[in-house]
Amino acid sequence: MSSPALIASNGDSLREAFGKALSAMADEFPKLVVLDADIAGGTGVHHFRKSHPERFVQFGIAEQNMMAAAGGMAAVGLMPVVTTFAVFCLRAIEQARLSLCYARRNAKIVASHPGLDVGPDGGSAQALEDLACFRAIPGMTVISPADATEMALATRAILQFDGPVYMRTGRSPSPRIFGDDHVFGIGKGQIIRQGDDLTIIACGAEVARALAAADLLLRDGISARVVNMATIKPIDSELVARCSRDTGAIVTAEDHNIHGGLGGAVAEALAATTPCPVEFVGVKDVFGASGEPEELAHHYEIAAPHIAAAAKRVLQRK
Amino acid sequence: MNMHAQPANDSGATTLEDRLAQAARFVRMHSIASIYHAGSGHPGGAMSSADLFACLYGAEMNVWPRGVDDPGRDRFVLSKGHAAPALYAVGAYYGFCDRKDSLNLRKLNSPFQGHPHVLDLPWVETSTGSLGQGISVAIGMAIGLRLQNNPARVYTMLGDGELQEGEVWEAAMSAAHHKLGTLTAVIDYNKLQSDASNDVIMRLEPLADKWRAFGWDVQEIDGHDIAAILAAFRHAGETDLPSVIIAHTIKGKGVPYMENIPAWHGSVKFTRAQADEALEALGASAEEMKELLDV
Repeated sequence: MSSPALIASNGDSLREAFGKALSAMADEFPKLVVLDADIAGGTGVHHFRKSHPERFVQFGIAEQNMMAAAGGMAAVGLMPVVTTFAVFCLRAIEQARLSLCYARRNAKIVASHPGLDVGPDGGSAQALEDLACFRAIPGMTVISPADATEMALATRAILQFDGPVYMRTGRSPSPRIFGDDHVFGIGKGQIIRQGDDLTIIACGAEVARALAAADLLLRDGISARVVNMATIKPIDSELVARCSRDTGAIVTAEDHNIHGGLGGAVAEALAATTPCPVEFVGVKDVFGASGEPEELAHHYEIAAPHIAAAAKRVLQRK
Repeated sequence: MNMHAQPANDSGATTLEDRLAQAARFVRMHSIASIYHAGSGHPGGAMSSADLFACLYGAEMNVWPRGVDDPGRDRFVLSKGHAAPALYAVGAYYGFCDRKDSLNLRKLNSPFQGHPHVLDLPWVETSTGSLGQGISVAIGMAIGLRLQNNPARVYTMLGDGELQEGEVWEAAMSAAHHKLGTLTAVIDYNKLQSDASNDVIMRLEPLADKWRAFGWDVQEIDGHDIAAILAAFRHAGETDLPSVIIAHTIKGKGVPYMENIPAWHGSVKFTRAQADEALEALGASAEEMKELLDV
C-alpha cells in the first residue's frame, strides 16, 4: 500500500528549517517545551516530536487553550514554544495579549503559513494581518526571517531572548539567500546589497524578491540598496534613518497587508527621524485566494517587477 | 512541608470552620469597602465566592505569604478575574498584602487593579480578567509542574457566566486528556451574570453532566457550607481525574439588599449609606466600620 507524499516535508522551507533547528537545539535549552494543535507535520515541529517526545505537548485543534496554557507553563519556569499556522495565531491573539504579553511571560509563538506564501489553501488560510496585529501588542517582539539559514539563527536568538516573541516561518520552499557567515540579531536590520538611489526594505519571502528587483533596476541604471529587516518590532530605526539620509527614497516589501506591518513600522520610524518618500509593496488591503505562491505574488503585485515599479515611482517623488 | 497562611487576627475563633467563617466575613466586608472606595467594582460575585476563598487560602492550599516564590507552593488562578476584590481581601486577611493598602482598589498607581495583574502583585500568580483564559493558564501550570516532577497542586475559580466561553470547554477537554489529577476547578455557581440569570442569557444546565462527559470528577456542594467545601477539596485531592467543584452560591450573599439581584453583579457604585448598611448586615463592629470605610 502506498502512502501519500507529505508536501510539508519537501523542500527547503522556513518551517522545516525551524523544526530542524528547534530539535537540534533542544538539549541546550532544557526548559524548552513545544506546543502543537494537531499540525506538527505542517509547522515543522514533527522533528521535535520525534527527537523529544517528552517535551512535546499536544493540545488538539484548540488554539485559544494552547496559547493561554503556554502562559501557565512559562509561569512555572518552562519556556513554551507555541506552534500553529499564522491565521490560527490570530484566533488566539487575545490569549497572547493577556496570558503571554501582559503577564510578560518568556513564551514564543512560531507561526507557519503566513501570507500569500500559503498558496493553494486560499484566502481563508493566508494570514495577511498577523504582523500588524502582533506588532500592536505591548512588549511583543515580531520577527520574519528570510531564508533557512537565517531561520536557524533566529530560532536560537528567540530561545536565548527573555520575553514574548512572535516569529513567522514560511510554507513554501524558499531560495537560500545567506551563506554560513550570516549573522542574526533581534532588532538589527542588515544592508545586504549596496545602492545609492533608493533603499528597498523587505522581510520574509520578499527579501529574495527585493534582490531580484534590484537586479531589474540595475538594467535601467538605477542603484537600489536592499535591507533585510527581519525584526519588524522593535524596528531598527537607526538603520531606517540612515537609509533615508543616504538614498532619500524607500520602498518597503512584505507578504502582508500594506497596512500596519513592515511598511507601517518603517513609516513610523521615518516620520520620527528622517522623513522621505516611501512606496509600500504588499497586499493592498484585500484578502488572498488560491493559487501557487509565485502566481499569487504576481496577481497581488508583490513580485520583483512590482517592487521595481514601486522603486521607479518613489524616485519620481524624490 | 505543608504550610498554610495564617491570619493576623482570627478573633478568638476556635474550630477551623469558625476561623474560616471569620475569614469569609472579612472577605465580604473588605470587598464592600474597597468597591465603595473605588467608586466601581463587582460586589455580587465577591460575596458569593467569599466562603470558597476563605477555605482555599485558609485551609486547602499550600500557600503562605513568605512562600510566594517557593517552587513547591500550590498555585491559584482567579479565572473569574472580576472577583479581584475578594482575592485581594482574602490576601489581606492572610497576610499576602496589607489590609489598608488593598482598600485602594481600581486607582491609578495602585497595584490593586480592577482585575488581578501578576506584575503588580506576584502572589496572584497570573493576570486575568478576560473570561476563559484562567483555566487554560492553570492547565499549563499543572502540565508544566508535572513535567518538572513538582507535586504542587493547581486551583482555579471560574464564574458560571464564564462557562459560556468556548475556551473553557477546550480547556476541560485538555485537562481530562492530559489526566491532570492535580488540578481542581471551583465554579462559583451563583446563577446570575452581568445582565440577567444564566437561564435567560445562555443556559448552562445540565452543568454537572457536561463536566462528567468531558471526563472530570464532579462534585456539587452548597458553596456557603464551609464543612462541605473542605470535604469537597479533600475528595478532589484524592482522585486521579481533574476535579471540578460546582459550588451553588448566592450572588450578593450576606447583604440582604444585594442577594440574587443581577444589578449587583456590577460594576456598581456604592453610596456611603449602602456601604454602611452592607457592613452592618455582615455584623461589622463600630471599629471595623471605621477601619474599613473611614480611610
